Amino acid sequence: MTDVVWLIPALPLAGFLVLLVAGRRLGEPGAGWLATAACGGSFLATLVVYAGLLGEEEHSRSSVTTLFEWMPVGDLQVDVGFLADPLSIAMALFITGVGTLIHLYSIGYMHGDADFPKFFVYLNLFVFSMLLLVLGSNLLVTFVGWEGVGLCSYLLISFWFTDEANASAGKKAFVTNRVGDWGFLLAIFLAFATLGTVDYGELAAGAGELAGVTATAIALLLFLGATGKSAQIPLYIWLPDAMAGPTPVSALIHAATMVTGGVFLMTRVNPILAAGYDWAPDVIAWVGVVTAFVAATIAVAQNDIKKVLAYSTISQLGYMFLAVGVGAYVAAVFHMITHAFFKALLFLGSGSVIHGMGGEQDMRRMGGLRKVMPVTAATFIVGWLAIAGVPPFSGFFSKDEILLYAWGSGGAQGRALWAIGLVTALLTAYYMSRQVFMVFFGEPRWDEPVAASAGAAAADGGEAGDGTAGEAGHAEVRPHESPWQMTVPLVVLAVLSAVGEVINLPFTDDLHFLERWLHPVVGANEAHIDVATGTKWALAVGAAVLALVGILVAAAVYLRRRVRAVEPSVLAHAWYYDEAITRFAGGPGTRFFEAVAWFDAHVVDGAVNGVAALVRTGGRRLRAVQSGFVRSYALGISAGVVVLLGYFIARLYV
Amino acid sequence: MMVALEVTPAWYLVLGALIFSIGAYGLMVRRNPLVMFMCVELMLNAVTLTFVTFSRMLRDTGGQSIVVFVLVVAAAEVVVGLAIIVALLRKRPHATADDVALLEG
Repeated sequence: MTDVVWLIPALPLAGFLVLLVAGRRLGEPGAGWLATAACGGSFLATLVVYAGLLGEEEHSRSSVTTLFEWMPVGDLQVDVGFLADPLSIAMALFITGVGTLIHLYSIGYMHGDADFPKFFVYLNLFVFSMLLLVLGSNLLVTFVGWEGVGLCSYLLISFWFTDEANASAGKKAFVTNRVGDWGFLLAIFLAFATLGTVDYGELAAGAGELAGVTATAIALLLFLGATGKSAQIPLYIWLPDAMAGPTPVSALIHAATMVTGGVFLMTRVNPILAAGYDWAPDVIAWVGVVTAFVAATIAVAQNDIKKVLAYSTISQLGYMFLAVGVGAYVAAVFHMITHAFFKALLFLGSGSVIHGMGGEQDMRRMGGLRKVMPVTAATFIVGWLAIAGVPPFSGFFSKDEILLYAWGSGGAQGRALWAIGLVTALLTAYYMSRQVFMVFFGEPRWDEPVAASAGAAAADGGEAGDGTAGEAGHAEVRPHESPWQMTVPLVVLAVLSAVGEVINLPFTDDLHFLERWLHPVVGANEAHIDVATGTKWALAVGAAVLALVGILVAAAVYLRRRVRAVEPSVLAHAWYYDEAITRFAGGPGTRFFEAVAWFDAHVVDGAVNGVAALVRTGGRRLRAVQSGFVRSYALGISAGVVVLLGYFIARLYV
Repeated sequence: MMVALEVTPAWYLVLGALIFSIGAYGLMVRRNPLVMFMCVELMLNAVTLTFVTFSRMLRDTGGQSIVVFVLVVAAAEVVVGLAIIVALLRKRPHATADDVALLEG
């Protein structure tokens, strides 16, 4: 049954093509339903393939379906093929599953938008590209999907492109990702140059023969690509701005699926990572944990409801890279899946709030919404408990697994990674509670003027640029619950967030479903930790207590107002990282690139134009020879004959 | 008593060279297109004479067969060349070769 794997990306592609041609005619809501059906059909096809794989023996759970030969060039053999194995199907399951829910949600969210059909055109194209990314049987097909999702991300961030800010946010995302893609491309070249193949199966088989330095270079270049796509330090800056897009886009692309592409990639090439130097995974782990911590601190001081979630996403992705770095691939995928559930839920919930508030995104102008939006509030709270790491919700288990592996990786480094991860968990619980309390609890503030509510939320973060949609002052905001197309996905995702941990419960080995499922792909390079059961319990309880502490502190600050909120402007400004980049790019950076441009214009172009000028001058001189006088030609020919004869005669005697 | 001069192949070669030189000289100094054309013909025939001589000297019929080719090509060439010259002189009766120098670089 695995040979229907081609159907998984084909359905969204078909949906995309049909909508491209007939989208306008289908209109609203027909276009949305068609797109949802395409994505849902893809989910069903994934289930069929999943069942097919389940029926196989564990070691043969991997099949490549080659569609056609793409590039048979010399030594380079690239096929367009789909690899159905536990990792790709696990990814495809939650991509199509969560994707379908978000499609459904979008029908409600995009209601009344002039470009309603166009939105679903992009959405289906995105799902197709994402499936290409995870199902591709070699690096190049993955790269095509990688670029495809980047394109869709750009198109959807700038969906309301008439607003200058949205358009430039899209450009920022695109350009930042180019930096990462450069690394990805170099890695592909390097893999081909050294191993002569870009096929995943052959890469895994040949990784052992690679020199340590080459394997490290390939792995770290791929990781550079991953930092771009998955918004890690130093390339995370595009993700907060990407919130300019419609909220379903933020949920689907910038939380659940696309941004996990980097984690997927590192998991996919785990044999290469294992063949590299020992410090290569450490680099990944440190980048991940530092990103997790920094992003969490920034999230503490954001006032835009979506910006909090954006920084939270960066932070959670950091956890996943921490897991990859310490060799806990299963935990990385586990957290990826649970994160897809609860972060999609939180984004969709925030979208529901924004929808109900008529476009308002500033949390200082919300409050008390649980009374008017009961379903949204209830589901959002489930998502909050999941991400905050409160047992028994899913986030607790997946995050705890990562922290456990960080602890178990041993040495001072393992302890340091674990400690930073734990502090990040505390911050996560704190900033998410802050958000929930500001939005759903307390007094309603939506009819107050902005100035008064700014005082209520303590220090004005100086986020003047945010919440532009709301600054106009909605005197007549009447928050209301969203239509069923929006609440049904919320409820489904809330259930998944609450019980998602059942795919990999830690208590007994029988319950490690995900670990056994992924074993054929990552088993060989998965870290084996040796931590006593008692220690495991202590770590888990400690993490849970810390989560509760975070929530209680947030409650004291934002609910009871016992303590003044601490929201330093350095955090509200995201450590001035963006400003620093702007200053660098505007000053020395611009000068450097102007110098490069000068070099290009004068030296490179000079060489090219010089050759052309030389030919032109020579040609002008040579033209004079072609006088048109037949007799002078005859003279020339005669002279030539004489010279030739002279040469031959001379050769005869010399 | 007359010394019977033996006619050696060298005589033919010298004759061919002479005719060729006359033709080449005429081609360079005369301006009348018709005369220039005749000079070209002289050169052509000098070459064929040389070919035949060498063919005889070397006992190789290759040279003679080339002469047949040259004759055929020369016949075709004369037709085209004369047609051009006649057409030219009809239009401008006193034209010289230097007057038709439009094809210049």
